[in-house]
Amino acid sequence: MSSNSGNSDGFSRRHILSGLAAAPALGLLGRPAWAQASVNTTGLAVTDTEVTVGILHSVTGTMAISETGSVEAEKLAIDQINAQGGVLGRKIKFIQEDGASDWPTFAEKAKKLLVNDKCAAVFGCWTSASRKAVLPVFEQYNGMLYYPTFYEGLEQSKNVIYTGQEATQQIIAGLNWVAKEKGAKTFYLLGSDYIWPRTSNKIARKHIENVLKTKVVGEEYFPLGHTQFNSVINKIKLTKPDVIYAIIVGGSNVAFYKQLKAAGIDLSKQTLLTISVTEDEIDGIGGENIAGAYACMKYFQSLDNPNNKAFVSAFHKMWGDKTVIGDVTQAAYLGPWLWKLTVEKAGSFDIDKVAAASPGVEFKGAPEGYVRIHENHHLWSKTRVGRARTDGQYDVIYETADLVEPDPFPKGYQ
Amino acid sequence: MFGDYTLGQLGSIFVMQGFAGLILFSVFLLMALGLAIIFGQMGVINMAHGEFMILGAYMTYLTSKLFEAWAPGLLAGYFFFAMILAFLASAALGALVEWALISRLYKRPLDTMLATWGLSLMLQQVYRSVFGAREVGVDLPPWMLGSWQATDSIEIPINGMFVMALTLLITIGVAILMYKSRWGQQVRAVVQNRVMAGAVGINTERVDRATFALGCGIAGVAGSAFTMVGSTGPTAGQLYIVDSFLVVVFGGAQSLIGTIASAFTISQSRSTLEFFTSGSMAQVATLIGVVIILMIRPQGLFATKVRR
Repeated sequence: MSSNSGNSDGFSRRHILSGLAAAPALGLLGRPAWAQASVNTTGLAVTDTEVTVGILHSVTGTMAISETGSVEAEKLAIDQINAQGGVLGRKIKFIQEDGASDWPTFAEKAKKLLVNDKCAAVFGCWTSASRKAVLPVFEQYNGMLYYPTFYEGLEQSKNVIYTGQEATQQIIAGLNWVAKEKGAKTFYLLGSDYIWPRTSNKIARKHIENVLKTKVVGEEYFPLGHTQFNSVINKIKLTKPDVIYAIIVGGSNVAFYKQLKAAGIDLSKQTLLTISVTEDEIDGIGGENIAGAYACMKYFQSLDNPNNKAFVSAFHKMWGDKTVIGDVTQAAYLGPWLWKLTVEKAGSFDIDKVAAASPGVEFKGAPEGYVRIHENHHLWSKTRVGRARTDGQYDVIYETADLVEPDPFPKGYQ
Repeated sequence: MFGDYTLGQLGSIFVMQGFAGLILFSVFLLMALGLAIIFGQMGVINMAHGEFMILGAYMTYLTSKLFEAWAPGLLAGYFFFAMILAFLASAALGALVEWALISRLYKRPLDTMLATWGLSLMLQQVYRSVFGAREVGVDLPPWMLGSWQATDSIEIPINGMFVMALTLLITIGVAILMYKSRWGQQVRAVVQNRVMAGAVGINTERVDRATFALGCGIAGVAGSAFTMVGSTGPTAGQLYIVDSFLVVVFGGAQSLIGTIASAFTISQSRSTLEFFTSGSMAQVATLIGVVIILMIRPQGLFATKVRR
């Protein structure tokens, strides 16, 4: 707790009590729990009753397909936190900006949220490109970004909390599993042609060759938006790999799985492991086209635990019964909660204090199960393997026994 | 890479690879046909071509949902209704756009480019607002899935053959319409000399509207067919627009034979290169080839007079 909040002990008890009571009445109860000056020494948009945060995702343009779920999850989390009394007795008010699937726009909107709106935290970005575009802005104006997507690693910043998995967390457990359970000896690596699939496949190749002592029989990349996969499917038929390892994204995904099925590759016999297809993507691919494929990530909608059941039903209540929840959507949901817990641990909204207090923050109510923030601002989390069903959901068939340590700069994998 | 295989296995792979090339050829031709009519015959650069295709795809999606809800027994055949509906919807929208937008810009061809690009952005947002930002899954009748087992080791995708047959039909239809029918004669007359065509009694406005609508309608059918092989989302049209223009421009804007030859050349070189190198490299090499050939022959493979 910070030194200048030393006189607030008497209030903090009331804060806890009022937090338990109905939150909307808080502003009427009289003095807020924490005096304004003590929790905000740097001029963030924090009043006695409100704190302003930003949501920065693409709701238009090609990435809207993926980012919609994240926006929905973040709004749900903010709603729930407000219903429980807010953060340090203050209700969260959000300002939403549209990155429009355009990376310079992301940077410009990030600057607006930090400089004009003085947001205490920003939940946002999805692609690595957008994160790379806003990173200098967050570092220059000292903001706090909660980034939800699983990504390639090789990054760490005081100003970012990465609530998705970095590449080694997602990749290594899955490869170990497929090597052990399926006795896989040969792998065919596929990916869309940009940084995340390329870096991920690089890590996968090192692990396959150096650790598992098995073989990569092919590695291939396709331009984003590629829609014709018949040639590579023939190559796969020719090389007969034990495992097809696919990191294809966006609309290409749909084309790939439809054509794989049409070409007579039966995923109940051919092992296919992907790290890029969440329940969100299956919506477009069609469950019958991908049934039988394995996916490796930290969260599946079908996870069987009380946290997740409550989360899924709350999500469906707010956004409709048919909405599916993928890995990134869940990670986005963690953002506001982790921020709330960190602010309350720090006893302050100040960015420096929040950044310093982040390591060690635990969230027991996460739908994926217990998570904790590592010193490197990534999350300790379990990794799971799911098998796609025809109804668009996954059966979770494996999870790591322990939390996997995040390692954004893996030695021996670069 | 061929060391460990018998001749028989290699043979089957080459047969399947040949079919992969032919399927790609059909896809390219199908997506370029509508544009060949609009850009080739009318000289209108329609940047919203992809969005007309996606309208067809969404019509297919709606039809599949309707059949699922009201006539599950007929689901096996819904695709044919869907294609007709896709044609009608896209053609209707095309006629509307021609009347509201294009017809006012015939004297300013470069402005049509800007106008149709704006139109494509608007349509994308409309799709996003109506159908949601997420991709939708189009359920296919079971007989369209899977592959046809020609021999033990040769498997041909059924939906690929379906696209090939459809492309053949539409190409023949367009050829007859353009070169054998009276209407086609009028279209060509208007393209060659609008004023003279008007003077001899051709209603040029009506011809323009019908041509544009036909081109858009064919785009709709193409979009409907591509729900089998590709994705259906608000911005999926963008995936096709570059290749469509590439095929039409490379072929020579006004020639149907040129479009066919160009689709064939581009698809075969891409699919062969993709087999021997990789997806990204194949695309790069093909584009370089096209650029070089267009530098030598700016009018495209087969060209008649370019409209001024």
